[in-house]
Amino acid sequence: MVTKKEIKQSFFIALWFIVLTFPIMVIKINTIKHTVLFRWGNILWVGIAGFGASLVWNYFLRMKEEKKKTGVKDDIPVVHRLLQNEKFRNPFLAAVGVFFLAYPFIFPMYHTSIMITALVYVMLGLGLNIVVGLAGLLDLGYVAFYAVGAYAYALLNLHYGLSFWVVLPISAMLGAICGTMLGYPVLKLKGDYLAIVTLGFGEIIRIILENWDSFSNGPRGIPNIPAPSFFGYQFEQHASVVYIYFIVIALVLLTIFFVNRLENSRIGRAWIALRDDEIACQAMGIDKVKTKLTAFALGATWAALGGVVFAAKTSYINPMSFTIWESITILCVVVIGGMGSAIGVIAGALVLILVPEYLRAMAEYRMLVFGALQVIVMVFKPEGLIKSVRKTYKFEKVKE
Amino acid sequence: MEPILNVKNLTMNFGGLKALDNVNIAVEKGQIAALIGPNGAGKTTFFNCITGIYEPSEGHVEITPPGKPTQRLNGLKTNIVAEKGLARTFQNIRLFEGMTVLENVMIGRHCRLKSGIISAMLRPSAQKDEEQKAVSDSYRILEKIGLDKYVNEMAVNLPYGAQRRLEIARALATDPFLLLLDEPAAGMNPQETKELDELIIWLRDNEDLSILLIEHDMKLVMSLSDNIHVVDYGRKIAEGTPREVKSNSDVIKAYLGDDSEDA
Amino acid sequence: MRLFNIILGVAVTGILGFFGIKEVLADPAYFFALLLGGLTRGSIYALIALGYTMVYGIIELINFAHGEIYMIGAMTALIVSTVLGLWGWNSAVIVILAFVFAIFYSCAYGFTVEKIAYKPLRTAPRLSALISAIGMSLFLQNYVMLAQTPGFLPFESLIPDFEFWEPFADIITSVEMTIIATTVIVMILLGILIKFTRIGKAMRATAQDQIMASLVGINVNRVISTTFVVGSATAAIGGVLIACHVGQINFYIGFLAGLKAFIAAVLGGIGSIPGAVLGSLVLGISESLFTGYFWSEYEDVFAFVILVIILIFRPSGILGRNETSKV
Repeated sequence: MVTKKEIKQSFFIALWFIVLTFPIMVIKINTIKHTVLFRWGNILWVGIAGFGASLVWNYFLRMKEEKKKTGVKDDIPVVHRLLQNEKFRNPFLAAVGVFFLAYPFIFPMYHTSIMITALVYVMLGLGLNIVVGLAGLLDLGYVAFYAVGAYAYALLNLHYGLSFWVVLPISAMLGAICGTMLGYPVLKLKGDYLAIVTLGFGEIIRIILENWDSFSNGPRGIPNIPAPSFFGYQFEQHASVVYIYFIVIALVLLTIFFVNRLENSRIGRAWIALRDDEIACQAMGIDKVKTKLTAFALGATWAALGGVVFAAKTSYINPMSFTIWESITILCVVVIGGMGSAIGVIAGALVLILVPEYLRAMAEYRMLVFGALQVIVMVFKPEGLIKSVRKTYKFEKVKE
Repeated sequence: MEPILNVKNLTMNFGGLKALDNVNIAVEKGQIAALIGPNGAGKTTFFNCITGIYEPSEGHVEITPPGKPTQRLNGLKTNIVAEKGLARTFQNIRLFEGMTVLENVMIGRHCRLKSGIISAMLRPSAQKDEEQKAVSDSYRILEKIGLDKYVNEMAVNLPYGAQRRLEIARALATDPFLLLLDEPAAGMNPQETKELDELIIWLRDNEDLSILLIEHDMKLVMSLSDNIHVVDYGRKIAEGTPREVKSNSDVIKAYLGDDSEDA
Repeated sequence: MRLFNIILGVAVTGILGFFGIKEVLADPAYFFALLLGGLTRGSIYALIALGYTMVYGIIELINFAHGEIYMIGAMTALIVSTVLGLWGWNSAVIVILAFVFAIFYSCAYGFTVEKIAYKPLRTAPRLSALISAIGMSLFLQNYVMLAQTPGFLPFESLIPDFEFWEPFADIITSVEMTIIATTVIVMILLGILIKFTRIGKAMRATAQDQIMASLVGINVNRVISTTFVVGSATAAIGGVLIACHVGQINFYIGFLAGLKAFIAAVLGGIGSIPGAVLGSLVLGISESLFTGYFWSEYEDVFAFVILVIILIFRPSGILGRNETSKV
């Protein structure tokens, strides 16, 4: 229930927001034409939004507190319960499979192309999930490895004429090497320092790509990157998009397959242990250095693979595609989807990338919404939309 | 016969502060040894020095694992120390919160398993067998410790006493020859403490383990220990059987006026 | 390890010094121009870095949105001065009001951001708070971009060319002089605030031990809010000054400036206020010399490289304390 006190409080908060946003929301200046525009109407909107947001915010904050007090254990997310249900599982997976198989033939090319982008983000998200979600290493320079993959394909193709299929494994290896190279100097760093340094690395790579003309062709980028061929056969444009779509689907399946196995393996458990408690983890005989480096290397591998697909799909790349905001978008996919949860990340990527693409009116507000969502998710639902659920094992009681 | 843990002249400086000053402690095979002393005496620092979390400023830490030659532990990394067969628990419980009880124990198995990234991804039959064995071994350990009913629970959701026992289970999973317990009974009720007492003795008798524990619960220490080492202000002030230590005048002086220490 | 660091430091300084002296002797005026440019730049970094270091000192959080607070300060000053300028107000009044509004609004935003994005996460894992901070930064940038404009806005300098300064104007402009002087004054005021006032003492106590501070009757929430407000105020001053210096602003200026200031804070030893000032000056001057003598395209890379080197070799910074984690 909303109390009178809360309404009063929300009223004052709304007033505060009106004052707070006044110069930026109401006044719009044009320093070239020397005109000022007063948008008084915005006061009303800010007031209403502030009032509503404050009520909702307080309500959820109170719910969270109460939940903490009563100590109710969180339920397993619906998706997991459905997937654990044998009866439901197979028809569901079959339906999803059919949908994605039929997708490029039902929808026009434009939609296929958007879906490719979203699926590339699924790959990137799952890769970053290893680093951030499982190993707990906040990497804000993830886009650097994406750039490594994209430029590896573009440059190797330009100079040596290597094809997509040859570059794919090479770039995966390059990604792993770069990931290790980044990982090594930052081994000792924790949490926030690590975030800043990786952010720095990401920016360094981008600035180098922008300025080292003879290597990367600078801000002009590299055009005419060929689409992948099918045993030497080059498709015409439409078929080529469909072909790339299926390549991405295959790569995503492969990623899910591997990531799922990794998550419940010796290595995956070591990552989680490292995330939860670094000291206890070492005291249990886990080599911190090796574990961190494998996380960085594997995460980077998938980013590089994503980069190759991206370059092949857009046929043109320049450093502007690899800014820090790209890293943050991928981070949003992981965080909002659910850190450590593969299903969450997949859902997160599809929702966060597809929704703004289709709601063109919203596209402008995309980053604004992402930012707000990051805060809201962290405050109210730190485990993300679909939280991770650990594997359970069944045992027969041994009779003695 | 060589003691399985032999610490000689161990000194640990933090800046100007001597947290440990020339401490000598030896643990014999099959012994339950206790390390006691007032708060801040340097007991946990001692554990940290042995297990490689701190590098001792001076002195030797040597181990003689059963059937193996004597080795030096100084300067080895924490995870290598665990691999050599020293497992520990923590005073402030440090479980892996994002994992189930079983997985916590499986982390302990980590250093005894081999499979790497490639085999985890491709899952050949050798890896499958190893994983299967790790699962059943871990479950066996949980059964021994009496935690098997919690096997798929998240570790954070366990009651306090069970969390302490889970730390022991996790340490056991590393196949140690020496178990280092840092205040295992802290925060336990009398019933839980009694069960812990039985568990520790059972471990020594049936698992071929030697145990070194830090504990404030004097009743538990006196009933359990074969040998007690007393430290105060970083120095060792006494050593002996529970009876000898109880009547030692230095020990009484160190504890004098500190009622909270003997329960 | 320590000896190695010292040797490395001496070697690097020696090599740089050797080439440096040669270059300096070739054109001393250029060198001094770079040095003063660096000093100006460093002063601005210092004004922003204070906010980072104070917040970090108290709640151990990198306030990612701090750069945006600085941007909002500059933006508010621009809006206020433009509006008042069109209304034909006296320029001295405009300067004062622009500063007042900039400081007020930066403080208000700093205060609000803390309440929304950080306070509910005080007991949460640090990763959560950091992600929330990144979200806040993203939100504020886009908010200003959407409400105002994505392009650059020319910023007419609020600081006039002082007549009495004319003889020195060749060496250092009025604006630069004002920046350096303002920074010095702000630092002194801040020093007094922290050393001698009640709230300053409460801040220091809270930084050392939050729980203990609350036990002795310090209102920790209020101290944290005050810290954000004070940090935001200095950032706002920095924002207005740099906008006068550079002559144009947009929604994005906070990001890089914030990052550089953060690097400066880390360089000096995060959590330490004199460290933040020292680190900022070192970073500002070395950046200025680096871009002046070597590659100007790699200006931003330079700061990051310094950061990486510092964190690897001396993670606690120049004046920071070494910390061992408790087991």
